Amino acid sequence: MKIHEYQAKELLKKFGVPIQDGIAIKDISKFNSAISQLQSRGVNQYAVKSQIHAGGRGKGKLFNPKNPGELILEGGVKFTTSIEKAREYAEKILGNLLVTHQTGPEGKIVKTLFIAEGLDYKKELYLGILLDRAVSKNVIMASTEGGVEIEKVAAETPEKILKVWIEPSIGLQVFQARELAFGLGLKGNAFKSFIPFIMKLYKAYEETDASLLEINPLIITNDDRVVALDAKMNFDDNALDRHPEIYAYRDLDEEAPLEIEASKYNLNYIKLDGNVGCMVNGAGLAMATMDIIKLAGGEPANFLDVGGGASSEAVENGFKIILSDPAVKAILINIFGGIVRCDRVAQGVIEASKKVNVNIPVVVRLEGTNAKEAAELLDNSGLNFLVAKSLKEAAEKVTLAIN
Amino acid sequence: MSILINKKSHVVVQGITGGEGSFHTTQMIEYGTKVVAGVVPGKGDQNFNGVPIYNTVSEAVKIQKADTSVIFVPPLFAPDAILEAAYAGIKTIVCITEGIPAKDMIKVYDVIKKMNVHLVGPNCPGVITPGECKVGIMPGFIHRRGKIGVVSRSGTLTYEAVKQLSDLKIGQSTCVGIGGDPVIGSTFLDIIKLFNEDKNTDAIVMIGEIGGTAEEEAAVYIKKNVKKPVVGFIAGRTAPPGRRMGHAGAIISGGKGTAAEKMEAMRKAGIYVVESPAEIGITMKKVLEKFKSKQIKKTENKRRTIKKSQTRKSKKK
Repeated sequence: MKIHEYQAKELLKKFGVPIQDGIAIKDISKFNSAISQLQSRGVNQYAVKSQIHAGGRGKGKLFNPKNPGELILEGGVKFTTSIEKAREYAEKILGNLLVTHQTGPEGKIVKTLFIAEGLDYKKELYLGILLDRAVSKNVIMASTEGGVEIEKVAAETPEKILKVWIEPSIGLQVFQARELAFGLGLKGNAFKSFIPFIMKLYKAYEETDASLLEINPLIITNDDRVVALDAKMNFDDNALDRHPEIYAYRDLDEEAPLEIEASKYNLNYIKLDGNVGCMVNGAGLAMATMDIIKLAGGEPANFLDVGGGASSEAVENGFKIILSDPAVKAILINIFGGIVRCDRVAQGVIEASKKVNVNIPVVVRLEGTNAKEAAELLDNSGLNFLVAKSLKEAAEKVTLAIN
Repeated sequence: MSILINKKSHVVVQGITGGEGSFHTTQMIEYGTKVVAGVVPGKGDQNFNGVPIYNTVSEAVKIQKADTSVIFVPPLFAPDAILEAAYAGIKTIVCITEGIPAKDMIKVYDVIKKMNVHLVGPNCPGVITPGECKVGIMPGFIHRRGKIGVVSRSGTLTYEAVKQLSDLKIGQSTCVGIGGDPVIGSTFLDIIKLFNEDKNTDAIVMIGEIGGTAEEEAAVYIKKNVKKPVVGFIAGRTAPPGRRMGHAGAIISGGKGTAAEKMEAMRKAGIYVVESPAEIGITMKKVLEKFKSKQIKKTENKRRTIKKSQTRKSKKK
């Protein structure tokens, strides 16, 4: 699960990590009170920051959502010393469409603004914590190239990325923190502040079951403080049950409506741009089915794993979700029965199609015990099923159906 | 021979009385697996259809000589179950459970890797040596005894590949589902090493998917050390970056872990990479034929050279 910058900072603050402070607003009417609260904390310059889950906000562009050709503002993150300017930026950002290299051309409506203290700094650094799958240990990555995408640094100047791996049994050690601080060329007070910073940051990563914690940039202020100017946190979905306070940060506005609907039915659904809907049991087979649709000349409209057993209820809900996507012109159902008998799955598919009233071609491929009986059931159902015997045949039939 | 499990394996089921545990225990017994014990803390005086239940894995090891364990306990308790099995002296642990937090698995893996034990999974369908022993949730009937080792991150996609092989009368030595999580006990590399050493495995099918670099690491090893032919497939060519595709480990992050990269690395290692998941079986068939004809030529050449040297020797005489 992803959260917003302001939420990540709220979490990090609880762990004592120094962050760029600010106030999140969802409505421009709250602007004045946010500014006066910041002023009461001694703030006299401001950063106005768009809050969307995609990266590249600073270099993004804001457009009018009613007329996506109309450019309203360049840059989704703005710095100013003037309150009037800050208000102007806030008005131009809030409610408008932010397009960054990560959002795709359709962009994202900015529904939350983070009005933050403006900080003067002399250095921008990068810090990231994540799981290194190759060794099954967490790794801290640091770089002097802050404010730039780390993928770019990794591709062009990999020698500028420092890495320390954390031993699972003992956690981050102070010598490792020093290694990073020296490696980043920190001295004096900046060095002294960095050590507790990284120790607390790692603690926050570990205790919240984060899967990614990225501070980019991490800044050294003119008065040598180490502060997280930005913060990005992702969490392990498997661990959310033990962190209800983090789950509460889930922002449904950032998710596709169909995906939210699917998650209510416990279905694993991801919307794509194609026209062939697919319904499969098992994640690997679902991906392989998408791949073979593409190979046969079609475009998959979604990823959908209805679970190993492919129960009638799951298939019915799957139909509902797939059919709510108007781009879908045909459906491919690929179920490898395994221990579940195919005739039962077929019965479920027939019942579900009758209930949901499917009116586009449905190619069904059922494999496993009683596959023959299942095919007969589908053929004699009086519904518009195209039965396929193999994966290849299924993909070809469904592509034929859309053309 | 086979890898990890065989007809002599003594299997203990951890969580034998749960919904999944009880259903699949019955299935495993029907297949012919020697299920010698179950473990459910607090139910030590009971039995499941005649299979004695113990409070601890240690008892199952001592009393029933269990050497293999399969775990069906819920995700938050599964890490504890894995460690209990390892400390009790179980040699092969198969963890079926899906949904274990990565943080917990990092710690478990850190301990397991220093012990003389094979952990398969979590979030996997298990291991099967056709005709001998099934430790997991895969449908037994699609398998066929033979000499192909299958290793995969997926469940139903593995069944698909196995069925393709069996339909072509190509049997399997052992099939291992290593699981779809980012932190797993055995990687492609670990299993491929075992297949490489196994005399009963003539060729290998490896089925990967997007996310991580495990396929690339295995490819490096294969290029250097594996003479047996390997057929490979990677699922998720059409998967969008940054999205978790069902499996916790199936995600392209920071532009890394794409299917294209993996296929390229595998091709460079001499692996027969198939573009379509429908062609795994047929490709293996062709590869086997090609290898057979090569081997026949080799042995013929050997015979000829032997004959030649013999005739020379006889001439000298």
